[in-house]
Amino acid sequence: MPSDLIHQYMRIDHLPHIWCPGCGNGVIMRDVAVALDELINDPDTDFDRDNIVIVSGIGCSSRAAGYLDFNSIHTTHGRAIAFATGIKMANPKLHVVVLTGDGDCSAIGGNHLIHAARRNLGLTVICFNNDIYGMTGGQYSPTTPTGDKATTAPYGNLDRPFDIALLAAGAGASFAARGDVYHARETTAVIKQAMLHKGFALVDVYSVCPTYYGRKNKKGDAVEMLKWQRDNLIPLPRFNMMPPEEMAGKKAIGVLAENDFPEYSEEYQKLIDRFAAKGRK
Amino acid sequence: MSKAVLMQGNEAAVEGAIAAGMRVFAGYPITPSTEIAEQSSLRLPQVGGHFIQMEDEISSIAAVLGASAAGVKAMTATSGPGFSLMQENLGYGAMAEIPCVIVDVQRAGPSTGLPTSPAQGDYMQARWGTHGDHPVIALSPSSVLETYTLIIRAFNLSEKYRTPVIFLMDEIVGHMREGVELPRPETLRINRRKPSFHDGANKQCYFVPEGMYVPAMKPFGRGERYNITGLAHDEGGFPTNNTQVAGKLVSRLLAKVEDNADDIIRVEEYAMDDAETAVVCFGGTARAAMEAVLLARAEGRKVGMFRPITVWPFPEKQLKARLPQLKNILMAEHNHGQMLLEVQRTAGGSVPVAFLGKVDGTVITPAEILAKLQEMEV
Repeated sequence: MPSDLIHQYMRIDHLPHIWCPGCGNGVIMRDVAVALDELINDPDTDFDRDNIVIVSGIGCSSRAAGYLDFNSIHTTHGRAIAFATGIKMANPKLHVVVLTGDGDCSAIGGNHLIHAARRNLGLTVICFNNDIYGMTGGQYSPTTPTGDKATTAPYGNLDRPFDIALLAAGAGASFAARGDVYHARETTAVIKQAMLHKGFALVDVYSVCPTYYGRKNKKGDAVEMLKWQRDNLIPLPRFNMMPPEEMAGKKAIGVLAENDFPEYSEEYQKLIDRFAAKGRK
Repeated sequence: MSKAVLMQGNEAAVEGAIAAGMRVFAGYPITPSTEIAEQSSLRLPQVGGHFIQMEDEISSIAAVLGASAAGVKAMTATSGPGFSLMQENLGYGAMAEIPCVIVDVQRAGPSTGLPTSPAQGDYMQARWGTHGDHPVIALSPSSVLETYTLIIRAFNLSEKYRTPVIFLMDEIVGHMREGVELPRPETLRINRRKPSFHDGANKQCYFVPEGMYVPAMKPFGRGERYNITGLAHDEGGFPTNNTQVAGKLVSRLLAKVEDNADDIIRVEEYAMDDAETAVVCFGGTARAAMEAVLLARAEGRKVGMFRPITVWPFPEKQLKARLPQLKNILMAEHNHGQMLLEVQRTAGGSVPVAFLGKVDGTVITPAEILAKLQEMEV
């Protein structure tokens, strides 16, 4: 029931959003809202409207924080994860969800991403990955494929791209997953799983940017770009059963890494409890 | 009577901050401030607080602002190079009105400079380091005991005016050890947030009633959902392109400090009653200036010391009040002439302003101040 969802979890007064026609970001924002709705209505979890904090950085992705009707903080470029770290340390009972983009979290904020992954503080990071700097008009980002065009790569991108989910997993994230806009139902389930995960969890969600990335690279309209996702981003169970020759050029979506590492704020609480126990003696 | 303890300025900063209610410290090691992080990591878990060593200074201040938005008093500490890295988020704190304390234990620059040597070269950085017009409150202690009491005031002002407060120390005070008698906790005045918004205007989070300057702050997770942003925003906390709303916001941010300067500003005046020459100084430089004033007085010269404790906003009114009696001003500071500009502006040509500065990492001595006074024919 999308309309109910809008009325319940979005700030109607601040819609319509600023995203271009065909942008995938609205779908990801909806996935986040659906996942939160399911968790809030699940009596087995402690999620409620007031203990959820949405943190974002700067860029197209990060405007989502202002549209979602929770405690929300739209911070500086690249620093959302660092602000979120302080929020979680100050009050570990809060569920802290970071909405960020490929440039925000893997270029200017790359250092914070890898250290948060290593530290394993319980944050959920949702990356709206559109392969481009959209807000500034289409410059290449750390996820723009080699050879693709952008306003700052008029002759084709010479950089090699990051795979953000694998980057997080490599940095020690206890939960790293990939999703996309076409597979909204599967992606919502993965986002929900990330929110329930104890420890640092990242979901790299492939968005579509027909306005800048798509147009520069002759990828067609939004529908064409979604069809590309349908044909090339394959849910893990099916991906694993594919013959190797069919896997070429395709990527799996789903949970890529999941580990039960100690969660940082819980470990810190043990330290506090040790002193509190000493004080009582 | 409380017991006397031998303490370093950097340690006093932590003890004072904890007394003020600081329960989150996020920082990154840098000489000569590192003892503040070390002492925080030792003390905070003992009082139920959290210490976190971040990956750099940018994330340190970001985490501090996040912690404060979640309702906990928070602080970071650094030195010049790290203070430069913090500037963008310092402006965010001013714009989004998130209280916090940023300690800068100044060392000799520019760049990596002389990391273990004293300087006061961040005075102007404290005022103008971040971009755009923004309010700044900066306090500078000159002793270990004052570090303890003044950092409590830094937290209080930060909470009262909802703005980051810069605690501008220097290597002299940070690493100086003195015997101090800390005040008993019950004698301290600590500002606490009232966790509710001002009434009226649908309880908008940045609503400020007529005649007031500061919106009330309710931390995240206490039942009111609202938005914080560094974009120009309306009283509801939402981004706006309305130039009138944006102009009104920035004007209020500046006015809350400018119009309340009397409440914010503190100065120390020593032997100023009949002084004809004022040695103006701040922070660790005051130790030498005080000695120089005593030596000059012993020789019968009418010299006093004027020390801004609140260094931003500059105590213009307080210095102006002394101008009619003064024949000379000597500005002594460990830089190439930064507070000098404020003093010259305030003197407005009515009193000549001489300057004694150092940029070589050595300390200004009482003898050097005396020699300068002689050169000025005081």
